[in-house]
Amino acid sequence: MSAADAEAYDTTGASLRFETPEGIDLVVRPAGPVARGLAFSIDESITWLGSAAVFAPLAFLGEAGVGVYLVIVFLTEWFYPVLFEVLRGGQTPGKSVMNLRVVNADATPIGWNASLLRNLLRVADLVPMFYLLGLASMCLTRRFQRLGDLAADTLVIHVADPAPARPVSEDAIDHAEALGAAPPPLPLSSEEQRALLGYAERQAGLSVERAIELSDVLAPLSGARGEAGRRALLRIANGVVGDG
Amino acid sequence: MKQRAFEERHAARWSAFSEQVAAIDALSGRRPLGDERDRLAGFPDAYRMICRDLAVAIERRYSPGLVDRLNRLALDGHRILYAHDTNLARRMRRFFARDFPRAVRRDWRAVAIASLLFYGVGGLIAALVASSPELVYSVMGAAELRAFEAMYDPSAEHIGSDRAAASDVQMFGYYIMNNIGIAFRAYAGGLLLGLGSALILVFNGLSLGALSAHVGHIGFEETFFSFVIGHGAFELTAIVLSGAAGLRLGGSIVAPGARTRLASLQHAAAESMSIVWGVFAMLVIAAVVEAFWSSKGSVPAEVKLGVGAGCWVLVFAYLLFAGRGDAETRT
Repeated sequence: MSAADAEAYDTTGASLRFETPEGIDLVVRPAGPVARGLAFSIDESITWLGSAAVFAPLAFLGEAGVGVYLVIVFLTEWFYPVLFEVLRGGQTPGKSVMNLRVVNADATPIGWNASLLRNLLRVADLVPMFYLLGLASMCLTRRFQRLGDLAADTLVIHVADPAPARPVSEDAIDHAEALGAAPPPLPLSSEEQRALLGYAERQAGLSVERAIELSDVLAPLSGARGEAGRRALLRIANGVVGDG
Repeated sequence: MKQRAFEERHAARWSAFSEQVAAIDALSGRRPLGDERDRLAGFPDAYRMICRDLAVAIERRYSPGLVDRLNRLALDGHRILYAHDTNLARRMRRFFARDFPRAVRRDWRAVAIASLLFYGVGGLIAALVASSPELVYSVMGAAELRAFEAMYDPSAEHIGSDRAAASDVQMFGYYIMNNIGIAFRAYAGGLLLGLGSALILVFNGLSLGALSAHVGHIGFEETFFSFVIGHGAFELTAIVLSGAAGLRLGGSIVAPGARTRLASLQHAAAESMSIVWGVFAMLVIAAVVEAFWSSKGSVPAEVKLGVGAGCWVLVFAYLLFAGRGDAETRT
């Protein structure tokens, strides 16, 4: 498998490929400042609410309670992200909500040293205020890394949403058996075949109008326009894939 | 081979692999036992087959959906197989016995500079304040000074805090939050070309030096030094060490040697984490000593001074001699 082959699958250009010891390229998508900022806001809300909730009962215990509270504040400030990143697969609750994960730059899970390091150096990212230095760093590096990530050689990546965002109705799926297959009217290069297959796979996520809009582009290939053209294209795709 | 045929041929294996991944994740790091072990046997081989399938799928230009699915399976396998050793007890033992003191000795130049910035500046200002007492006001304001004097008044029952009946636990919490925060910032400040660390070291050295000389003027030296010496061995050393680690970070950016600046920073950061964890442990000890021992007015000053001096000897001996003589084993 060559790098050029794998690169052909990277349609957004926002992916990172790295080679594993097994000799293949794995693809991850680094997360940008917006997603990370949202995850951070969620985490801040959680810690703020948690501290407030913990304070009231502790204040009851008088001065000893205040001491315990201060220790908790300390641990939350410096170790809340560390504990989640190391023990919960790189995901603080905020990152979990946003489907993000912290990993080492080679996609291995993050360890104690790297996690503490990137969170300690958050202090430098805050400079001069509101994470300006961190934001600048994220926008200027290729992999959206803030200063803490650069020093610890870590990334924050998008992880695939395990459940689909909206349930796809049975009607929306054109079953291969119903449509049947057809051979392509002229030989298609492998790139073209792949593009056609990609289109066929995305049917569930496209509105019918949009799907027809796209299939009309290939009207010369399918020999029809509108809904008939779309179905003809899907039949050709089925033929390529080996269905029907 | 057409894609559908390829999928049909290997579908069973892919879903079996998926199940193994889910089972391993469900273990959450503990060892598999009995049945589980049998079911998970052959996971590395299964992962290599997935990698092969992914490479084949890309080579044959199969659909992006299939490639994406195989990529995700491979990422899961990669994540599991290349996870780190999480046996905490073993790592902690090795850290304190060997890694931490060796790291301090390895970075002795940074430690020397940090000591100079802290103790050197502190000593200088102490000498100056000793000869001209009014100089103390250029280091701290009058109100702050009054508060400090109240803390070290020999007639106080609780020394070192400005609340007469403050609970020890409360002060413990305060010391944890305050001192470790300062140390972490002294380290992180090193990223700003070492200037942040240097500033924190100098600033704290100034305060300490000025105060030390000042208490001599008002006759509180017995209370002050007997209070400080107990936990000072841990706390002051820890501040110097965290500043040294920060200076190392800054130095790695300014003088990267044969590496690129980024690689140099990453290398220095990875190495300096040993010191950071050690600093954290030392400051917890310091907080315990400071909150539950140093502040007791009931313990005679001579005892505190003796124990404190002992701690200094202990810390220095530990940093100078621990972890020597072992064979260089790589793990």
